[in-house]
Amino acid sequence: MANVRLRDIRKSFGTVEVIKGVDLDVADRQLAVVVGPSGCGKSTLLRLIAGLEEITSGDLWIDGERMNDVPPAKRRLAMVFQSYALYPHMSVAENLGFSLKLARVPKETRREKVKEAARILQIEPLLGRKPKELSGGERQRVAIGRAIVRNPRVFLFDEPLSNLDAALRVQMRLEVMRLHDELKATMLYVTHDQVEAMTMADVIIVLNAGTIEQVGTPLDVYHHPRNLFVAGFIGSPRMNFMPATVTSVGEATARLSLPGGAALDVPADPQRLRAGDALSLGARPEHLALSEGGALRGEALVIERLGNVTFVHVSLEDGPMLTVQAASDEPVRVHDRVSVRLGGEDAHLFDGAGLAMPRVPQDHKET
Amino acid sequence: MKKALRDKSLFTMAAWPVALVMFFPIFWMLLSGFKTEVEAVSSPPRLVFQPTLENYAAVWQRADYVRHAANSVIISLGSTLLALALALPAAYAMAFFPTRRTKNALLWMLSTKMLPPVGALVPIYLLFRDLGLLDKRLGLLAVYTLVNLPIVVWMLFAFFKDVPREVLEAARMDGAGPAREMLNLLLPLSLPGIASTALLAVILAWNESFWSLNLTAAKAAPLTAFMASFSSPEGLFWAKLSAASTMAIAPIVVFGWLSQRQLVRGLTFGAVK
Amino acid sequence: MSRRQVPGPDQPAARRLRPISRTLPLKLPSLGVLFLWAVVPLVMTLWFSFQRYNLLNPGERGFARLENYRFLLTDPGLARALINTLLLVGGVLAVTVVGGTLLAVLFDQSFFGRGVARILVIAPFFVMPTVSALIWKNMLMDPVNGVLAFLMRLVGLGPIDWFARAPLAAIVIIVAWQWLPFALLVLLTALQSLDSESREAARLDGAGPIASFLFITLPHLRRAIGVVIMIETIFLLMVFAEIFVTTAGGPGLATTNLAFLIYRFALLDFDIGVASAGGILAIVLANVVAVFLIRSVARNLEA
Repeated sequence: MANVRLRDIRKSFGTVEVIKGVDLDVADRQLAVVVGPSGCGKSTLLRLIAGLEEITSGDLWIDGERMNDVPPAKRRLAMVFQSYALYPHMSVAENLGFSLKLARVPKETRREKVKEAARILQIEPLLGRKPKELSGGERQRVAIGRAIVRNPRVFLFDEPLSNLDAALRVQMRLEVMRLHDELKATMLYVTHDQVEAMTMADVIIVLNAGTIEQVGTPLDVYHHPRNLFVAGFIGSPRMNFMPATVTSVGEATARLSLPGGAALDVPADPQRLRAGDALSLGARPEHLALSEGGALRGEALVIERLGNVTFVHVSLEDGPMLTVQAASDEPVRVHDRVSVRLGGEDAHLFDGAGLAMPRVPQDHKET
Repeated sequence: MKKALRDKSLFTMAAWPVALVMFFPIFWMLLSGFKTEVEAVSSPPRLVFQPTLENYAAVWQRADYVRHAANSVIISLGSTLLALALALPAAYAMAFFPTRRTKNALLWMLSTKMLPPVGALVPIYLLFRDLGLLDKRLGLLAVYTLVNLPIVVWMLFAFFKDVPREVLEAARMDGAGPAREMLNLLLPLSLPGIASTALLAVILAWNESFWSLNLTAAKAAPLTAFMASFSSPEGLFWAKLSAASTMAIAPIVVFGWLSQRQLVRGLTFGAVK
Repeated sequence: MSRRQVPGPDQPAARRLRPISRTLPLKLPSLGVLFLWAVVPLVMTLWFSFQRYNLLNPGERGFARLENYRFLLTDPGLARALINTLLLVGGVLAVTVVGGTLLAVLFDQSFFGRGVARILVIAPFFVMPTVSALIWKNMLMDPVNGVLAFLMRLVGLGPIDWFARAPLAAIVIIVAWQWLPFALLVLLTALQSLDSESREAARLDGAGPIASFLFITLPHLRRAIGVVIMIETIFLLMVFAEIFVTTAGGPGLATTNLAFLIYRFALLDFDIGVASAGGILAIVLANVVAVFLIRSVARNLEA
């Protein structure tokens, strides 16, 4: 049983507050990913949980025990650092076994545990080597192995894959997920890469400038972003945004005026909108299509052909650039004039403050 | 790759004469130590001769030479060990638990090294005279400890800061207390740095030529002062002078060669890395 | 920034996270001892500079007000000493900085036996000043049997009696010989931090070796050259042993620099008062240079 609970956690460095009141619940055996842009405080949050930084105010509980004043080694956590932080003068086996040696575990037991961890990560042939003789991926595994050996309640990962090249990153991602499945452990994983977050997480926590923007499952966060930030951060290529004005409000729909004068009907809660309201409209590339008679018109400036899919970047006549997803054999060429169709049911509406507007009237609440 | 080869040859022809000219005085001193006195002063100077060890034997047999050499060893090693003992905890504290004032403290330490010794000559001389420390090894040892302390603290501080923070944090998470952290992690990782710092301190102490000339006389003088006593013009002793000089400088020149890279950091107070 | 002390049995944990008061005992011995070494002599020198005190007439003590300073500042020896100090520092700086830069560029190139050549060039810095001075004075510069005299005769010129005719120049040569390796080492280290990509970009832009040196190398070395100048100045102001061993300040005052002048007042004339006034003067001078050096190092500490 290893759940983690944070209540109103705040952290200041001098007069600068970097974590501004975070509430979080990570259930036992979940792989929770904290994702956010550089400088949002995600590493700091992890270090607060690990005990490497002091919590300014708020409470941290692990398995029901308050951990604010417990030193790192006694919290029964293990951390995998971004730079791996292996002990350069010790062999891989010694690196793995160091924590056990400190805990005065007898040599036989130590050796067994080290071998077990090495087996899980397939690094047995490396046991005699020193860190400087290993590749990046191998060092990463040793760092993870060091964590496994400690048999912690919670694993903490601080951007462990950012120092690896792209191909290795994909491979290691799968490794971590496999590990999570095999060890059935609670894992708290920090990254700035939203692809990692989407593919790995049981639950995603989107952090921005020290506050939590949204918590949810990946698909939840993807399909129902709570605000402009989450909508723009999650999903690659990025969601398209354009200004829209409400021209009229119906029973369960509203008519919007888009750049270029086009009109669009979207499902909306009539109690929340009035004619004349200025909103932001968000539409993901896969919900836009190049088609004759589409409401938005412009010129195809850049075309990205990935092989399985094509992304067409359209510069609207009077409006922003849109990224439209198209089929892999889409025949459009650069500088072609195109028109883009958008379905109202797929659009996301955000009010003046950047908050998402619910798409159906209040009595059909969705989470 | 003919151009590269041609360039390399050109640079070789430019650099080696410089190197040889710079080294010549030391080479000449080395050579003359193995000549007889007559050969040593001969003009034109002789490059080929029958080497002899008589000068080395003569110098070594002089009881006062041995004593002064011993003084150099004791004072240099002693002051270095004392400086390390004082500096290690201070550098550790400043590198890993810095406070607002840490930076100012370090800069202040530095500034004490820039004080011209003549400014302190009068009080120190009088103080030593009154305390009976003139011409005592302990007196000079204490002075050297203080004179080298700023550099030793600085270099240790810099080397401690070089130890990657995350490796120490990983140890902390693995359960290492502060003592363990120091022994199992810090010391092995910073040992090369501590060694070069010690080497530099020994070099600086061995070669120091102000306090040793003014605060010591026949009994406690290290080699610097002893060699200075040969400054009266006696033309027929160049060979012995060379032998004595070679012995006096040999260990330090070797130390210098071994630690040249680390020296830059220490000698420029970290301004150049 | 103070942190709250958490009471309770878990003190070792608290210590780890609340370091300030705990590390003072670690730092105190060094800082304390250095403080005494820096402050006490300084204060005493200052005090003595206002005293009439001569070790040869210990009875005649008294407050001298500015007498010592007046005596010092009107002493013709002081003017000479200051000029000599300037010439010595300036001369050595010129040789070592220019020579050091050129040699650094040279030794940065690849050539045969570079490692050994480097060892040979560096060696003079580690020779103790008294030995350097003796070797140069006797075996190299002796006008009758010295190697330099021999070489001059070889090319048809008469030998130079260095210590009679050009004593300050001789001292400059000796000191420069010792400090050139220092400049070389520092500048070479700085040079090696210049990444090859900048140089390659310059080559593609059409820069020949001279242009590359002037517009890429030299600006990169500017800071290191500044550091070399400042550090050398501080240590060159204190040159003592070489003068002590070769000329004892003479002939006359020809090779007396400020440090030697003060030494003479103190330990040859035993005039404590005037020597102390001179000491204060030297400290003030050194401070001027030190301020610049400290600022440069402070900037580096931020990085």
